[in-house]
Amino acid sequence: MSPTQAAARLAMPPAPSDSDAADPQATSRQKAVMRNVDFFYDSFQALKNISLPLHDKRVTAFIGPSGCGKSTLLRILNRIYELYPGQRATGEVLVDGENILSPGLDLNLLRARIGMVFQRPTPFPMSIYDNIAFGIRLYGRLPRSELDDRVESALRRAALWDEVKDKLRQSGLGLSGGQQQRLCIARAVAVQPEILLLDEPASALDPLSTQRIEELIAELKADYCIAIVTHNMQQAARSSDYTAFMYLGELIEFDETERIFTHPKQKHTEDYITGRFG
Amino acid sequence: MDIYTRRRIANSVVMSLSVAATAFGLMWLVLVLWTLLWNGVAAITPALFAQMTPPPGSAGGLLNAIFGSVVMTLIATLIGTPTGILAGTFLAEYSRKSRFGDVVRFINDILLSAPSIIVGLFVYELMVVRMGHFSAWAGAVALAIIVIPVVLRTTEDMLNLVPNALREAAAALGSPKWKVIVMVSYRAAIQGMVTGVMLAVARIAGETAPLLFTALNNQFWSTDLNAPMANLPVVIFQFAMSPYADWQTLAWGGALLITITVLFLNIGARALASWSTFKQ
Repeated sequence: MSPTQAAARLAMPPAPSDSDAADPQATSRQKAVMRNVDFFYDSFQALKNISLPLHDKRVTAFIGPSGCGKSTLLRILNRIYELYPGQRATGEVLVDGENILSPGLDLNLLRARIGMVFQRPTPFPMSIYDNIAFGIRLYGRLPRSELDDRVESALRRAALWDEVKDKLRQSGLGLSGGQQQRLCIARAVAVQPEILLLDEPASALDPLSTQRIEELIAELKADYCIAIVTHNMQQAARSSDYTAFMYLGELIEFDETERIFTHPKQKHTEDYITGRFG
Repeated sequence: MDIYTRRRIANSVVMSLSVAATAFGLMWLVLVLWTLLWNGVAAITPALFAQMTPPPGSAGGLLNAIFGSVVMTLIATLIGTPTGILAGTFLAEYSRKSRFGDVVRFINDILLSAPSIIVGLFVYELMVVRMGHFSAWAGAVALAIIVIPVVLRTTEDMLNLVPNALREAAAALGSPKWKVIVMVSYRAAIQGMVTGVMLAVARIAGETAPLLFTALNNQFWSTDLNAPMANLPVVIFQFAMSPYADWQTLAWGGALLITITVLFLNIGARALASWSTFKQ
């Protein structure tokens, strides 16, 4: 079976949403489905005919060598690529059955539903409190006490509250790299998205901070559909339920993480995860 | 002679030349400042800030000229700053790679290096000729035309320094573009932008040519923006060229005053800039 066939086979239409009602370990609902997605940087085709599902309340990891299109794929899901002229995606990306690539879609609303955390921490040049409140304030004016609660719960969610509760008014730029990244996760969580996109969220961090981020991902999984791009094979194996291996803009293999790392179907995948190339 | 000796000699020669060139350049600056201080300090008296420009042979000060300079600089800054900031925002945030943006950028660079006397003549044709007389308004507009390209350029440069990742992060939260610019880009670039405005003010504080054709001068106290208005640069020009000793003294005093103001504006801009790099 060719890689594209393998991918196409996996891109089934969304399963009925009550399939995971009883057993959390059962196959979960498909929150998002990519169908035959191509992506272009001007005339260069960076993604070729990608089809795969993202499961709700599960972590899907994207692995592959640099330049294989992992981050590009993530950037399609919230259409952040549209900030730059000359980048375009074709095909279908269904989120809860709605094609988010359709032209009339409200991008700001889409991005509220689909949060993103980037490789380098990107705290805004404002206080820790305002960093979190920024996103909440975009969607309406809350009474002060309610806003305080939302900020606190987001910071707690990102396991940052205890470290910053006494300096909420200080600049977010004064935090350490790991704290800044957790601040960014808290900021993304604060607007209550449905899907969380993590683009190598721990690659700029030291091992301890990385561990905290991974623990955090494991906790957040209970509530979100999470997609994570990572260069770190152990990280993918540890923290994800599904893994997609990509190479040169193509999806080579997509399966449950355990199967990808123990019995990969493709020789290519096996070579990569065993470190023979990449 | 071995290669290490040759290198050492070459090094000392180049270093001596560099130091000499630096000293030569600095010497003129020091001489200018020294002459200014030597001749100007005597003129800095309370009367300088309390009395009007006198007719030759009687005592007086520069109050009307100081007032005129402050007023016209202020109006020019009020016109030029928003225009420059908005245009710089357009270039940095909305048309970074567009052809139209390139054209605007190119024209702004020309305006930035245009001789200020051309700006003066332009406003003379535009306003003074049509109104039939010189006026403070015309002076302020001429100065504003000098402010705009400076502010535009620094705003664009400072916004270009804001990492795209920050804009992406804000957009990824669902923020509309104008909020990304106002809440994130401006906040990240604000110190540099303020520095640009201060440098622009410093630049127009000493401009003579554009005012010569627009506000001209006024020997008396005037707050009428539709009438000619006194200002430090033109008064200095007039008084310094005159044969009267007391006028010449006042010109030195005015020159020292402008220099000190510009010096402090530059120091302030420097301090602000280094503070912002320190903070990040």
